[in-house]
Amino acid sequence: MGKPRISVHKFSSCDGCQLAFFNLGEDLITLAGQVEIVHFAEAGMVAPEAEVKVAFVEGSISTPDDLERIEGIRERSELLITIGACATSGGIQALRNMRGNGWRESLYASPEFIQTLDYSTPISAHVRVDLELWGCPISSEQILHVVSDLLRGVVPSASDETLCQSCKRSGAVCTLVSAGRPCMGPVTRAGCGAVCPRFGRDCYGCTGPVSILNTSSMVHCFEGLGLLPDEVEQRFRMIHSATPQFRKLEESNG
Amino acid sequence: MGNGDDPQFLPLTQLERLLRSLRDAGYDCIGPQLKDGAILYQSLESIHDLPHGLSDLQSPGSYRLTENQGGRLFDWANGPSSLKPLIFPPHENLWRANKGSDGGIEFSSYTPDIAPLAVLGVRACDLAAMERMDHHFLRPEKQDPWYRKRRESLLLIVVNCSHPSDNCFCTSTGTGPESRSGYDLRLHELDDGFLIDAATDRGEEILQKLELSPAAQQMVEEAKEELERAATVQGQAVAVDDFRPIFSGREDDPIWERIAERCLGCGNCTAVCPTCFCHREEKIPTLSLDSSTHQRVWDSCFTAEHSMLHGQPVRREIRERYRQWLTHKLAGWHDQFGESGCVGCGRCITWCPVGINLVAESAAFAVPEEGVE
Ligand code: SF4
Ligand code: SF4
Repeated sequence: MGKPRISVHKFSSCDGCQLAFFNLGEDLITLAGQVEIVHFAEAGMVAPEAEVKVAFVEGSISTPDDLERIEGIRERSELLITIGACATSGGIQALRNMRGNGWRESLYASPEFIQTLDYSTPISAHVRVDLELWGCPISSEQILHVVSDLLRGVVPSASDETLCQSCKRSGAVCTLVSAGRPCMGPVTRAGCGAVCPRFGRDCYGCTGPVSILNTSSMVHCFEGLGLLPDEVEQRFRMIHSATPQFRKLEESNG
Repeated sequence: MGNGDDPQFLPLTQLERLLRSLRDAGYDCIGPQLKDGAILYQSLESIHDLPHGLSDLQSPGSYRLTENQGGRLFDWANGPSSLKPLIFPPHENLWRANKGSDGGIEFSSYTPDIAPLAVLGVRACDLAAMERMDHHFLRPEKQDPWYRKRRESLLLIVVNCSHPSDNCFCTSTGTGPESRSGYDLRLHELDDGFLIDAATDRGEEILQKLELSPAAQQMVEEAKEELERAATVQGQAVAVDDFRPIFSGREDDPIWERIAERCLGCGNCTAVCPTCFCHREEKIPTLSLDSSTHQRVWDSCFTAEHSMLHGQPVRREIRERYRQWLTHKLAGWHDQFGESGCVGCGRCITWCPVGINLVAESAAFAVPEEGVE
């Protein structure tokens, strides 16, 4: 039996999640021995049309070209795993979903050369997705876990607990309770290792919403800390503005 | 103080010597220190690192440090850290699977390599919490070797609590503010030193190395008054010790729904609670596929995985998860261990981002329905 073939595809994104592969360090060399990487443009392998066991997809569907490519990749891949905020919820670029493409005209000298769709959408809005890795960017450990599970023939599990859980395990002091900062930890999925709170900074939710959350209570909590409605909205509208759980904000705000 | 022992007096100037004696006896020392805006247990190099002149203000969902005039070292109520991470660490390597030379799998267990550890500044509620942990991890029929090893490495130096926070209620749970047993050395802070006594041989050995004088009667009186004050200033009390009759048949009570409107389901309460011991096992894989490390990791009744049966969480909603937490802590614990799971430390109240108060929420069940709202 040959080594499983994998590919890494880029859509509308900053490339940061692909770096999680490079940041594997020594493990990347081990990985290269366990699987055959057939397409990973940033690493120099280019074969976008190849059939693979697992396709990792970074980036959102934001341009007509994105829209065209994604179906074929789905057809040629046994498993499709999205990596990062853009691919999983539409990313920062989904901020334009709220205001339309009017910004394009005001920002660019020759907007006619820019081809974007009206909305930036996650991969799952277009094709079936087998697993989603949340993060902005995702971490090397997330890749390590998924790949090693798949190589062992185990169904990979993705973290689904609040950031507070990993924050408390790290021994960090809660920035919300001890300093009144509007920390998004209680509504955010763990996965980053609580990097921000460990350095005294309130979480801004880059790993996306946890599956069971209470957005309206979080909103009231932030209001109680003295945030104005606009400021509360900005907390939820940063990395994952388009994710349905954070969009519930409108209802919470009444 | 306590049960008829005669305390001695340790002048403030001798405290550094206590620390030195501990080190000479082979102990690493940790003690309370100011870090990241809270008072936390940290490795203690010198008595000068103790939180001199610091106090705290706690209310539901809020913790702030304040300065105090008196200049004492232990004039504060517990911060977020308890003894829990020392005896039941958030991550503990348990065992490892290796691919054997014959192609089979070999299993080996991890034995933690632990130096004797002296903890200065433990409070009565945390001693009581550790006893409850013992009842779980050191059951005669099934002892947890990792817990046992860590537990036995500890030398516990308690300091009686003279500064309970507004969230404390250890008087009502019968677990403080005075430490009565379970410690090696006990201190009671006065303005220019400490009353000190030992309850174990290990404690006594350290005591022998210090220059002590007999405590004056007036010091003992002062300590007694302070403890009485600390016991009576507590603004709240659990309604009863055993909530089994109160929660029974209330699974669908609308009170749970009202709590769930505020509860974030974040599980901070379980993480800071010094008696919460739920955990899951996680594997740390290697890509080379020839070995894996298996870790015990703190879990919480607020995660989906905690109630996973046949691939589905039994408790899907925050309402059900909060209900599990409160009813286990205050009622189910009695079935399991013959005592309450709560020692009145107040941490779950302070460190709940939305300030949900276990005392008030549980009391709502204890009053007749028409009394609610
Ligand atoms: S339930 Fe709350 S008050 Fe009781 S021991 Fe746990 S953290 Fe402390
Ligand atoms: S009670 Fe408070 S700390 Fe506990 S899960 Fe609910 S919001 Fe979080």
